[in-house]
Amino acid sequence: MPSPKRIGQIEFGLLSPKEIREMSVRKIIWADTYDDDGFPYPQGLMDLNLGVIDPGLRCKTCDQKASECPGHFGHIELAKPVIHVGYTRLIRKLLRVTCRACGRVLLSPEEVEKVVGTEDDQTGDLLSEKDVKKERVCPHCGEQQLKINFEKPTTFSEVMVEDGKKVEHKLTPADIRARMEKIPNEDLIPLGINPDVARPEWTILTVLPVPPVTMRPSIILENGQRSEDDLTHKLVDIIRINQRFKENQDAGAPQLIIEDLWELLQYHVTTYLDNEVAGCPPARHRSGRPLKTLSQRLKGKDGRFRGSLSGKRVNFSSRTVISPDPNLSVAQVGVPRAVANEMTIPVRVTAYNIEELRQIVRTGPERPDVNAPCGANYVIRPDNRRLRLGADNLDTVADMIEPGYTVERHLRDNDVVLFNRQPSLHRMSIMAHRVKVMEGRTFRLNPAVCPPYNADFDGDEMNMHVPQTEEARAEATILIAVQENILSPRFGGPIIGGIHDHVSGIFMLTHELRWFKKEDALYLLRYTGIEHMPPPGKVENGIEYWSNKQVFSVILPESLNMVFKATSCQNCDVCQKEKCDRDAYVRIIDGQLQMGTIDKKAIGAFDGQIVNRIIRQQGMKRATKFIDDFTKLSIRGIMLDGFSFGIDDEDLSKTEYGQIDEVLKNAALDVDRRIKIYEDGQLEPMPGRTIEETLEMQIMQVLGKARDLTGQIAGRHLGLGNSAVVMAVSGARGSMLNLTQMAGCIGQQSVRGERIVRGYDDRTLPHFKKGDRGSDAHGFIQHSYKGGLNPTEFFFHAIGGREGLVDTAVRTSQSGYLQRRMINALQDLKVAYDGTVRSTGGRIIQFEYGEDGTDPTKSAFGDPVDVKGIVEAILKEEV
Amino acid sequence: MSTKLNVLDHVMVPDHKIMSEEEVSELLTRYNITTEQLPKIYHDDPAVKTISAEADDVIRIIRASHTAGRAEAYRLVVKRPKK
Repeated sequence: MPSPKRIGQIEFGLLSPKEIREMSVRKIIWADTYDDDGFPYPQGLMDLNLGVIDPGLRCKTCDQKASECPGHFGHIELAKPVIHVGYTRLIRKLLRVTCRACGRVLLSPEEVEKVVGTEDDQTGDLLSEKDVKKERVCPHCGEQQLKINFEKPTTFSEVMVEDGKKVEHKLTPADIRARMEKIPNEDLIPLGINPDVARPEWTILTVLPVPPVTMRPSIILENGQRSEDDLTHKLVDIIRINQRFKENQDAGAPQLIIEDLWELLQYHVTTYLDNEVAGCPPARHRSGRPLKTLSQRLKGKDGRFRGSLSGKRVNFSSRTVISPDPNLSVAQVGVPRAVANEMTIPVRVTAYNIEELRQIVRTGPERPDVNAPCGANYVIRPDNRRLRLGADNLDTVADMIEPGYTVERHLRDNDVVLFNRQPSLHRMSIMAHRVKVMEGRTFRLNPAVCPPYNADFDGDEMNMHVPQTEEARAEATILIAVQENILSPRFGGPIIGGIHDHVSGIFMLTHELRWFKKEDALYLLRYTGIEHMPPPGKVENGIEYWSNKQVFSVILPESLNMVFKATSCQNCDVCQKEKCDRDAYVRIIDGQLQMGTIDKKAIGAFDGQIVNRIIRQQGMKRATKFIDDFTKLSIRGIMLDGFSFGIDDEDLSKTEYGQIDEVLKNAALDVDRRIKIYEDGQLEPMPGRTIEETLEMQIMQVLGKARDLTGQIAGRHLGLGNSAVVMAVSGARGSMLNLTQMAGCIGQQSVRGERIVRGYDDRTLPHFKKGDRGSDAHGFIQHSYKGGLNPTEFFFHAIGGREGLVDTAVRTSQSGYLQRRMINALQDLKVAYDGTVRSTGGRIIQFEYGEDGTDPTKSAFGDPVDVKGIVEAILKEEV
Repeated sequence: MSTKLNVLDHVMVPDHKIMSEEEVSELLTRYNITTEQLPKIYHDDPAVKTISAEADDVIRIIRASHTAGRAEAYRLVVKRPKK
């Protein structure tokens, strides 16, 4: 391989007419493409010198075949010069800063020096239009300057004063070109132009390059008709008008007609270069579709840069909808049979696998069912010829293969594949899974791997890629397997863990003490693949019982010791520890759950204390097994009791409704009282606040307290028998606030952290009196979602809800762009062997990675050493 | 009395020191680099001006770090380029 070369410099310049003629292989004079026999016209737009696209023909310039000839430029001699639209800004600037008579910059050398800087310290700016005063006198020749008007897209004119009236005098491209030619080289440098590579008159085209046919190939439609590329169409227009222009010119046509044709030629050249110029109707195809000309090929999302160069498309990939399957391991992915039959892995035939591969070839391109051995789609002979397998040639090909052949066999169970969900925001967005071929049409995955992909099952689709070489497969298994990515480098904790039903299920299973008979205990544990039941926890009347904590302990590693507080912990001032009445004090000694409830804190994604500890002490493999086990156990746990939520789960009893009404009534009275104090001028302002702000804060506080109180009243009625409470307490989904709003009272709606104040004059809605400061006039909703909102409350709720929507929309777009810029800046940095962070050029960015050289993935939630974990493991008690 | 602010006295500004030639050559061998590969700092940076460092000097910056407690960084003083 040739060694990579460093780019020393890049020179930007303009193509001079001379260069255009030099690189041209043919002067194009005919607007026609092909003659009646389908052969290109000589000196036409499809001239054989410009390259070949038809197979069988040879390029007249380089004598190569269609696939090898890169194509060659031609040129068109324009009858009169026209402006290049891409340079109108530059032309305007140059016309305005140079003299119309002598072509010099309209500034004295001293004035230039003021802007640009002295010869040896050119720290200043380049000359701009603003540096030259309008309509001044040339300091070099004394010529009075005129105002230059520019009208989009390509019209320039001078404003003259004749008989006291302003008259616009149009400048033709030829006039402009003449003025450009007069600008001396030395005067171009302070303007930011290097005259060696870009003389300003080259922005006015006198000769137009004709791109090679290879970049504008004609396609042959089904009916045998040729269809030309948009660029060819546009070039035809240019040549036609150019031809007519020349004829009229030679015939000595009147000035008016010449001007019209000139403008028409300008229009065609303009749209040929850019068909989306402001102030210029786009050139259209016969069907009415705007033509895709040069600029459109490069610009935008599907343009050459973002679409073709930065964007890559690959083979050996597939995409379909995802759905959950808690019985799969987190490291697996369920692949539909239809996908597995289409995607292949190349296997070289050797003396050792020849029999197996013969069998695979005999199975052919369609495997009968998911459990059948896999088949193959192609066999590659040693001479690189591909043989497609079909029902007719299976046995012949199977007998034919011998070492040196390659068989492209189907995907089968346990193959390594990459699995990805966009947007790929962090490295866990692509992980390697093991294939499990399944019936159905969706990719299946364990819901515990949803958090790293940020996936859900409301119609999400994901992509799968099949690594094709041993090297790629080795990297996939060692570096990007799911097991290796349980810990997130973002916070050093597990990102894979229980979600929703796993957390609810394990909470219900392990909360307080329950006893299971043998059949129930086995129902729970069957899918975890245990080999021995522990001895029963108690025997009553000759019946053996196992406790719920024993059942959970079965899936724990034997040497696990840890003490922590569960999500359901209330953070009491003095911890009751063992006597915790919520069973939130978790203690695991020697792999036995002695007390406490397992919930989000123990196994949840992002928290997962137990998962984290197992990874640190026993490794990724054991942690993966634990995750697989508890996903299965928790799902059986939730199925044992059943779990559902309905509208009547939000019902309270008469007493609670009475209490809630009482609380809200008192709050309203309290607010009214405070408003009265304010209106009487008795209110003491808080430090740094106005009286109005003080009142608003007091009202918000009173109403906030009232809502919380209704929540407490509702919470007293709704115990752990309520599914929403179970979900909130265990951390599976939702919060007690959500429950308060469903059953108690929705509370204050706010916009920008304040009560709702906008609307009509001095009031929010016409339902209220002007100047009403009461709670209900400013967005306090005293009903619950269950009870239903009245019309004004509904309106306030919509106002508050809209703010949330706008906020999230703005936030995601802003943070997305911010992240994109950061990633672009950091993408090629790596940690070198000496611990420094370096760019590709070996330049040091950081002298020690993260200043302490710690891999955040391997840190304990940010700390280099997990002291608590080590001490707990040895002392077997809380520290 | 001069009331000119010394930026180095500000709590947010880390300690800047010019390194001696021996220190620089030791630094370059330790990381196996040339001065070009060091991070840069402009000659007109307020802290650089305060310690009156010139272009091509190497500066040691010692700052408090959230992760490591104390972190050292080195920067090569360069002239601010012409626009």
